[in-house]
This record gives sequence, structure tokens and C-alpha cells, in this order.
Amino acid sequence: MKILVPVKRVLDYAIKARAKSDGSGVDLAGLKMSLNPFDEIALEAALRLKEAGLASEVICVSCGETPVQEGLRTALALGADRALWVEAPGELEPLTVAKLLRAVVVQEQVDLVICGKQAIDDDAGQTGQMLAALLDWSQATQAAAIHCEGSRLEVVRETDGGTETLQLNTPAVITTDLRLNEPRYATLPNIMKARKKPIDQLTAGALGVTITARLQTLRVAEPPVRAPGIRVNSVEQLLDLLKNQAKVVS
Amino acid sequence: MSTPVLVVAELTSDGLLKPALRSVLGAAAALNAEIHVLLIGHQLETVIDEALRLPITRLLVADHPSLAVPLAETTTTVVRAISQRYSHILTAASAQGKGWLPRLAALEDVAMISDIVAIESPDTFVRPIYAGSLWATVRCLEPRKFVSVRVTAFSPLNGASSEPVSRENLSLDDWPAVPVIRSAVHEHPDEGRPALENARTVVSGGRGLGSAEQFEALLGPLADALHGALGASRAAVDLGYAPNDLQVGQTGKVVAPDLYIAVGISGAIQHLAGIQAAKVIVAINKDPDAPIFGVADYGLVGDLHEIVPQLTASLKNP
Ligand SMILES: Cc1cc2nc3c(=O)[nH]c(=O)nc-3n(C[C@H](O)[C@H](O)[C@H](O)COP(=O)(O)OP(=O)(O)OC[C@H]3O[C@@H](n4cnc5c(N)ncnc54)[C@H](O)[C@@H]3O)c2cc1C
Repeated sequence: MKILVPVKRVLDYAIKARAKSDGSGVDLAGLKMSLNPFDEIALEAALRLKEAGLASEVICVSCGETPVQEGLRTALALGADRALWVEAPGELEPLTVAKLLRAVVVQEQVDLVICGKQAIDDDAGQTGQMLAALLDWSQATQAAAIHCEGSRLEVVRETDGGTETLQLNTPAVITTDLRLNEPRYATLPNIMKARKKPIDQLTAGALGVTITARLQTLRVAEPPVRAPGIRVNSVEQLLDLLKNQAKVVS
Repeated sequence: MSTPVLVVAELTSDGLLKPALRSVLGAAAALNAEIHVLLIGHQLETVIDEALRLPITRLLVADHPSLAVPLAETTTTVVRAISQRYSHILTAASAQGKGWLPRLAALEDVAMISDIVAIESPDTFVRPIYAGSLWATVRCLEPRKFVSVRVTAFSPLNGASSEPVSRENLSLDDWPAVPVIRSAVHEHPDEGRPALENARTVVSGGRGLGSAEQFEALLGPLADALHGALGASRAAVDLGYAPNDLQVGQTGKVVAPDLYIAVGISGAIQHLAGIQAAKVIVAINKDPDAPIFGVADYGLVGDLHEIVPQLTASLKNP
């Protein structure tokens, strides 16, 4: 079984994003970028399936301009067997990424795609499900546990009310939730080795995907700020304010 | 009359309408068009009666044994059968909505918009990005718009239709096959507390609670004294203090209660993403520099093990 793990390089989760002063977009200049945390979880899940003898190869792929290769290097250092870079210009919409990934899945004859449930930059949460639809594959989103036996998958997924368990067959798309696993760290020797590994380059054109923007970002701005609050000194004062000032406790 | 808009409803495990539907209708109302609601499932008679009293013009019903379990794959097939009739398709940005709407969008080659918090015009929407640190105003150039709605951001559309709601039973030539089997469901008991999504008061706990036992022993009685729901930070869920469906934040649930009490929660941006719309935020934390105090309306510095029992006792015996 071949597993494909799409990865995205995003602003590090510990850094607060700011808008460009003209409001045209997000100001990322000079800020620390990292692999999307959900993609690290996806890669870890794929690596564990391979280490358990259930997968033959783990391929990672990233779509975008030159810097996305940094993310692929990280994925290689963590243990991905191969890395594919789909060169594509500009900010890519989820549907475009799904189309690029579909072409890669077909070309590489992948059986299982494991990807993050969302990227923590645009928080769209669409790509995995779109890819599953384009391939006419089943999906199990928000996975908290994956069991695999041949072509049968059992996935426990997080839902709004708790969890549910789905039984499905490969080929399939799984998207990862936070509690699926705790990703490993890359060791220094592996980081060094990953620098020398080849990254296969593909282009949107060669994959037969035309890129047209269907969404236009008109403005990016800070949301309304909350009025500053106060410190209280005691439980009595807190309750008094909640009852008589805020009137949220009766 | 302009093209109608479609709202796809979601059912509770008891087969009733989720209250969030009213908020999605609130968003749909901003589009100034006829609103149709689609119910998908099996043996829907009770919920149909309920839905016929909504402030909408038409109720569409897809009732078939293959739809008894809500799956992204089957939901997509049903909505696809009628999607061409509508200018907009809206649903809640819930676990279910997040599952099927992108599938539909891809099959129809439509770029969709996730998790909107405002509608500026029928083609322009506001949505949070980067854990809600920023809001993007996005124009959708597609002729048809597929949109998931952050329900806490819209006022519910209450009341009933003044005209009788017409009913249409869908009969598909090919009802979807069921590609995935749901073999188990674990919904944790609600302990008689309101659902986190719609609670007027939420008491949330973080790593500071220290254990699952302390989490329930300290926060349970406080939530009950306030008739509120329990919530949790990611750390509290990861550590097993609270079940996953209580996680509040960027990658958990978004809440908008009148009162949100954060106990032993530091206030990471990922957590704050889920509580920005709360009317009043109270923080109880022993670290005076915890970022949660930056957003709290009322902050109380101290040990939660002392403060929380005092607060609960004062509420019970004023
Ligand atoms: C991809 C990603 C997604 C994430 N999504 C979410 C999300 O949706 N929701 C979320 O919450 N987090 C999320 N996080 C995690 C987030 O970054 C923080 O790690 C998390 O919110 C911290 O939880 P906490 O505040 O309970 O723990 P901590 O940050 O460890 O804070 C514990 C607090 O308890 C206080 N405390 C300890 N003991 C006491 C005491 N006796 N009395 C009073 N106070 C005490 C401490 O002073 C401290 O402020 C996400 C992270 C990532 C990377």
C-alpha cells in the first residue's frame, strides 16, 4: 500500500498573524514558518503504518512556490520516503490543491491519502474531502485512531457529540485530528540527510491542471477587539459584578 | 422572484432538528431570497412536522433507508440531485457540514467558502483565518455559492412562516449506495447539562485542573449551579480530563455564551479563537501574566482549588 501525505508550510502556530498595513493580505515577511501541525500528525500516522509493515511507501507532496520545498525537507527528515513538489504560482485555493493532488494520486497509484483536517493558516478544512470527491473515494475525516488490515480500514473519528467508528475500504482519504498521535521530532542526522535527498519537481501544467482563481480576498483585517477588562480581588466582588454590572448571573 | 437558497439541516441523534439550524436560517435570511430547507435521513415523520413550522417557503425531504446514518458520501449525492436549483447552499460548519459540503463543491467544480461570520452581500463573505487573529473578506466569483456558516455568529431566525410551507419529497433515480459502515457511536452522556454549542453559560477547564477527577469535582458543580455547560482546552482534552467534544477553540468548538468562565486556562490564541464572541469572559488563573487576562472582562488571580469551591458555594447560598 502506497500512502500519500500532502503537506503545507504555514506560519508557526505560536506566532500571531498580522495583516499587511494596506489590508491586502497577511504579513508573513520574516516570520517563522513550520509544517502545518495536522500534516505532521498525518505524516506520523503514515510512518507508523509503514513501520508496522502495513504500507510499502510514504510519499509526501506539497503544492506552491519555491519555499514549499522547506516543508518537504522537514517531511523527509521525519521519515518520508520520497518528496514531490508541485510547482504552482500564487496562493492556491483548496479546490485547486485538490485537483493537483488528484493528478499526483493517479500518477503515483496511491492507495491511501492521509492529510490534515485543516491548515492552521486559512482554516478552510476542505482539501481532503474535495480530493476524496474528485477521486470518488470514501473519506474518514477528523481521525482519532486508524486500524488497518489489508484493504480494510477502521477509523475512529471525533464528532460534535463524541466519537464514531467507520469501516471503509481503501482507496480512501483520511484526515487527521489532534489526538491521533504525537508526532516524532526529526533528529539532526536525519535533517542533514534530508538536505541531500532529491525532490521530484512537477508542474500544474504537466499534471493537466489549469489554475483559475474563483475567490478574491478583498480585505484582511483584525477582528473587532474586546474592551479591556478589570481585575477583581475576591469571589464576592466577582459575583457582585456578574450579577449587577454584567447581569449574566441571576 | 430571485433564485431560492437551500439550507441543509442537521439532525440530533434523537432525530430532531439541531438548534443551530435557526442560526443558519438567520444567515440565509441575509440573502433576501426564498429559503428552502432539506432534510435527509430515514423515518423522518416527527422532524418533518417540526420543520414545517420553520420560517421558510419549502421543505424538501429525502427519506430512504440508505440515508439512516448521516455520511458525507450519501449526503453529497442527495444534495447534488437538487443543487442546480439554488443560488446558495448553506449548512452549519459542524463536523457533518465540514464533511460533505467540500465534497459537493469539488464534484460541482465550485470553490466553496468555509465558516463565515458575516455576509456583506450575496457574493461577499467575512471569515476568520489564522485562528481568528484575522478576518478575511472574500468575494466568491462562482455563479453558485456553497457556504458553511459559523452558527454562533448569526442570530437565529425565530418564528414560523406566515404562509403554509410547501413540502416536496425527493425521489432519486439512484439512491446512494452506502460505501462506509458506521460500526459504533460514542456520545458521552450530557449529565443533564446543556449542549456546549448553545449554552448561555460555559465553564471551561484547562491543564490547571490537574486531573479528570478534579475537573469534574470542581467544575461540574459550578457549571450546574449556573445551569451551564462544561468546556475544555486542548490540553485538558489531550490529558484525558475531558472528552474531545468539549474542546473549545480554533480546531474544536466555537462558543458564544453570555458568560464564559475559563479556569486554569492560559489563553493560547488557539483557545481564544473559540471564545471571542462570548459576551462576558471571566478568567481564574494563578499566573497574573497569563494571556487569558488580556481578553477577560473580569480576572481573578489565585488558586483555582480555593476559588472555584468558594464561587460554587456562594452561588448555591447567596
Ligand atoms: C494545531 C493546533 C491546534 C490547537 N487547537 C486548540 C484548540 O482548539 N483549543 C485549545 O484550547 N487549544 C488548542 N491548541 C493548543 C494551544 O496552543 C494550547 O497549548 C492550549 O490551549 C493550552 O491549554 P491550557 O491553557 O489548558 O494549558 P496551559 O497553557 O498549560 O495553561 C494552564 C494554565 O493553568 C494555570 N494554572 C495551573 N495551576 C493552577 C491553579 N492551581 N490555579 C489557577 N490556575 C492554575 C496556569 O497558570 C496556566 O495559565 C492547539 C494547538 C495546535 C498546535
